[in-house]
Amino acid sequence: MNLDQAFQTFLEESRELLADLERILLELEAAPSDTELLNALFRCAHTIKGAAGIFGLDHVVAFTHVVENVLDRLRADELSLDAELAALLLKCRDHIAALIEVPAEAVDEHARQLGNALLTGLSLYQDHSEEHKELAPPPAPRVEASGGGVVGGDTWHISLRFAPDVLAHGMDPISFIRYLGQLGELRYVATVSDALPAGEAFDPEACYLGFEIELRSDADKAAIEGVFEFVRELCQLRILPPRSRLAEYMQLIQDLPEDNARIGEILVASGALTAAELAEGLRLQRDEQPERAPLGEVLVAQGVVQPELVAAALTKQQQSRDRKAQASRYLRVQADKLDRLINLVGELVIASASVALNAGKSGDSDTQEAAAAMSMLVEEIRDSSLQLRMVPIGETFGRFQRVVRDLSAELGKDIALDISGADTELDKTVVEKIADPLTHLVRNACDHGIEAVERRLAAGKPAQGTVRLNAYHESGAIVIEVSDDGGGLDAERIRAKAIERGLLRPDQVLSDQEIYQLIFEPGFSTAATVTNLSGRGVGMDVVKRSIEALRGTVELIAQPGWGTTCRIRLPLTLAIIDGFLTRVGDASYVVPLEMVVECIEFSEDQAENRNYVNLRGEVLPFVRLREHFGADGPSGRRQNIIVVRYAGHKAGLVVDELLGEHQTVIKPLGALFAHLKGLSGSTILGNGRVALILDVPALIGQITSREGSALHGPSSQRGATARVPLLN
Amino acid sequence: MSGGFDSEQGRLRLDGELTIYQAATAKAELERALSAAPALEIDLAGVTELDTAGLQLLLWSKQEGERRGCTVRLINHSEPVLTVLTLLNVDRALGDPVVLPSRAGN
Repeated sequence: MNLDQAFQTFLEESRELLADLERILLELEAAPSDTELLNALFRCAHTIKGAAGIFGLDHVVAFTHVVENVLDRLRADELSLDAELAALLLKCRDHIAALIEVPAEAVDEHARQLGNALLTGLSLYQDHSEEHKELAPPPAPRVEASGGGVVGGDTWHISLRFAPDVLAHGMDPISFIRYLGQLGELRYVATVSDALPAGEAFDPEACYLGFEIELRSDADKAAIEGVFEFVRELCQLRILPPRSRLAEYMQLIQDLPEDNARIGEILVASGALTAAELAEGLRLQRDEQPERAPLGEVLVAQGVVQPELVAAALTKQQQSRDRKAQASRYLRVQADKLDRLINLVGELVIASASVALNAGKSGDSDTQEAAAAMSMLVEEIRDSSLQLRMVPIGETFGRFQRVVRDLSAELGKDIALDISGADTELDKTVVEKIADPLTHLVRNACDHGIEAVERRLAAGKPAQGTVRLNAYHESGAIVIEVSDDGGGLDAERIRAKAIERGLLRPDQVLSDQEIYQLIFEPGFSTAATVTNLSGRGVGMDVVKRSIEALRGTVELIAQPGWGTTCRIRLPLTLAIIDGFLTRVGDASYVVPLEMVVECIEFSEDQAENRNYVNLRGEVLPFVRLREHFGADGPSGRRQNIIVVRYAGHKAGLVVDELLGEHQTVIKPLGALFAHLKGLSGSTILGNGRVALILDVPALIGQITSREGSALHGPSSQRGATARVPLLN
Repeated sequence: MSGGFDSEQGRLRLDGELTIYQAATAKAELERALSAAPALEIDLAGVTELDTAGLQLLLWSKQEGERRGCTVRLINHSEPVLTVLTLLNVDRALGDPVVLPSRAGN
């Protein structure tokens, strides 16, 4: 991995950590003294700082360090988290997020001022028993510290880790330590050999050792640094002056590379504790077997170490354990590798369809059986590889906690966000693309949906408004709902506006629900409309377009006075569908299977030249695909109606022949056909021929609006798209 | 560095300097000795100089012996070895009884 890649990983991980940080802060608002959350919070900031340090992002380190100090005090119960501090920390999180994205030189004046303002805010929460270096980023990250008393006595603590090639450069670490001894008295040297590899991996000419040194000396820091001048480049040198603060030792413990050193060894290695004290602690632990007090507690009880030191060492252990657990649970895979796999699986599906077809033709039962077994496996591979791309929507939903929180503060309303169905999974690409439209809808719900407190109380509703995010699976699609318990929509005003905008003729009769959908029309997205229309419609056409680009639909359900729900339906995946293969004339068409309800036989006399049939007492409008697509070729002996359903509407599609289920890899239609309505893509059949995939939602839309306009008069706005001959 | 391995007794004698310059050959020798005997004594009486590389070799032999199930003991530490071991406090890590050198210096 080169540095660039490593940096990308750092950026990604930091973004994830920042997201965690935000989530934890919000969770803490409900449970401000949850120790586990407070620890997690500290760890997030600490890890970001550490990683930023590795990449030399000193501006990030300097700022995060101050934040970390405050988090540390929270963790140590020296501070309590109130709403004000939470808000400040959230802002700090945002600032870190901004800092990470730019190199130190590129931080602009605005960001710098913001940073200073935040630091000033944080200084209220700093430990004032320490002198506090205000505003200026500390020259060396670890000089500014807070918390706890003085440890380490009157000795310098020097921590050394040598680069592997130090010996090859002709330097002998031991001689440096000997030389160091000339500056004063070497009180203790601990050799850290944890990095020593086993077996063949051990290179006798590489250096694997590190040292923790206690030095009593009158020399100043520069003199001590001077000792190591020749190996500056070849070692990591950390020097803690005599009477260092506890926080600095804690920092050191955190920074040490050895990850599985037992707590006692860490404490010995850092010089905070001698081996004798450790042995005493261990002995006591053994003696108190029945209670099995943790070593850390025993040491504290004995007054051997300060509690903070134990906590830091424990955090360190926990971190290395966490890291290991994480590593076994997740595997970071590049997205394009995954895409390639899915593409290949798509091709495999097509190839296996071809095998099955040929096996069927050959009439050899063994071959057929083998082909059937293979098809089944291919299907499983398809499902599990698509599953790889599936992520729960909860993460996306979680982000809105912050949005709603900030908005309610901004708008002076009291709004709670209620999330359900967070475990519902959908394709990662879809998740990424849905985030923006969702943000829009949530903002709308907070801004325009939820009324002001007085109005709510007057209407007999609780003062606190609720915005609800919900997700669930429904017949091969995922449904996402954004609802509010606000004032709902005013159908009359929308209608008036639509007429004014020329979207509706005054004599047109639409149901209220149909009128609500009008706010998705482009004409409704101007600023003037927003104010006149109590809000709704800010960029709703953009929302609609982004959802349609994902082969999804969006509808609005409103109950005047009691709230609005925006329901988004999205396909589970963009790549492969289970299809129902049919023939119309010479051409093959695929209907997405999840939308097929049933198939019924169709007879002309039953329809009597009308465009609807009686389906068990229900009126079922249908479209003759042969006419619709202007198809030639022999018609079937027996025509069939495929009953499809989408978003609560049912319609029939008349086809010449039913060919059965077929796994379909969606290939997009070329740009030339982009304007075609009624087709969503193409696929290749086993025999190499092309089949077109029907866009059922669009077809249903055309059929129902045609029926609607037949009832309510000619050509409504939406009806204008219907009855366009598509393929001639 | 010179020395000798007595496979009968499982004893390896290291002589002369044990530094970065001898590290590669010494490692090969230790490796061979470790795989030849179920228990190994490394006689350090003749070691005249020990540097970081040499120290690492001793630490590695202990660790490696443990891994392979071969008991490794360091014996007869010479004065230069002892100086390093006590300076760096690794005598504990090496875990072998150290015989303090007599005043005469042997």
